[in-house]
Amino acid sequence: MKQLILSCLAVIVLLSSAPVKDGYEVGDTVADFKLKNVDGKTVSLADWKDAKGFIVVFDCNTCPVSRKYNERIISLNKMYASQGFPLIAINPNSPEVSEGDSYDEMVKYAKKKGYTFPYLYDASQKVVSEFGATNTPHVFVLNKVGNELKVAYIGAIDDSARDASAADNKYVEAAVNALLAGKAVSITKTKAIGCGVKWKNS
Amino acid sequence: MRYSLFLVLFLTSPLSWGQGGELVKLDKLQQLIQAEKEQIQVINFWATWCAPCIKELPLFEKLTADRKDVRVILVSMDMDLDPDADKVRKFVTRKKIQSQVLILNERNPNQWIEKLDKNWSGALPATLVVNNKTGKRKFVEKELHEGDLEKLIASVQ
Repeated sequence: MKQLILSCLAVIVLLSSAPVKDGYEVGDTVADFKLKNVDGKTVSLADWKDAKGFIVVFDCNTCPVSRKYNERIISLNKMYASQGFPLIAINPNSPEVSEGDSYDEMVKYAKKKGYTFPYLYDASQKVVSEFGATNTPHVFVLNKVGNELKVAYIGAIDDSARDASAADNKYVEAAVNALLAGKAVSITKTKAIGCGVKWKNS
Repeated sequence: MRYSLFLVLFLTSPLSWGQGGELVKLDKLQQLIQAEKEQIQVINFWATWCAPCIKELPLFEKLTADRKDVRVILVSMDMDLDPDADKVRKFVTRKKIQSQVLILNERNPNQWIEKLDKNWSGALPATLVVNNKTGKRKFVEKELHEGDLEKLIASVQ
């Protein structure tokens, strides 16, 4: 009996010590969330009544890959917000682990970069866990089907972190363009080298 | 004779010893990992720009110094963001890194991340522990702390 309890405990410890790996898959319905934006206001996806979908980017202040993609993220919002796919950036990093990702630093960063889109603070890391984002930048393209938001694409912005002009595949653009044209997204999942999410107590 | 030939090959092969900082293609790296039959391999995926990677480097250096049954390979992912391999080599020299360093020379990571490990999202740091004798391997995608590597090594023995 004692052994059984011990092994149960071991399983619980194993399960709870690993960062949450499970998250949304392509086709899943996304639950809305409420997060604080850098302007102090609380934001939900439901606030965009007319959106056809969203480009959700898990991003941060401190990751060199994120910085390299900064301009590309700004231009994604410029290209697609007016077409019904606004970009929403969410910082998933724990400021306890990554000081440069505190709310105050986010406010400064968004101002400096001239962000024209929300940059949300996921203090409890609940939203990043639900989505299952693993690194920054990590994109989820959401498509509105009826009243639900469905995941249409998960992964990288393009296939060339070092040089935007050298990208052969602009994954996010291709996904949103397909959705706007009422077509199926052809590449729905990709991977890229990025900075691991800075989980609390990990 | 066979022994001395082996010795010559061993000493002249740039991939079998030293710190290096050689550029490698993915297939070469995979061959290297598969070819090692004696030592347990601890393969760390890192980059000079990755703060948690730099923080955990001493743990790998300690393994290189202390464990003769373990071979550490630090595989730099720097080329993905910046094609300047010398920047990595200078970093290796400056930090006096003793473990073997290889620089992966590939583009379009979506095509090769899963070939290194299907569970890898591409996030850094990440570490793969391989024992070709037992056929066991372990992959972790997080920053490691004191004692973690020893546990990982024990789990593939």
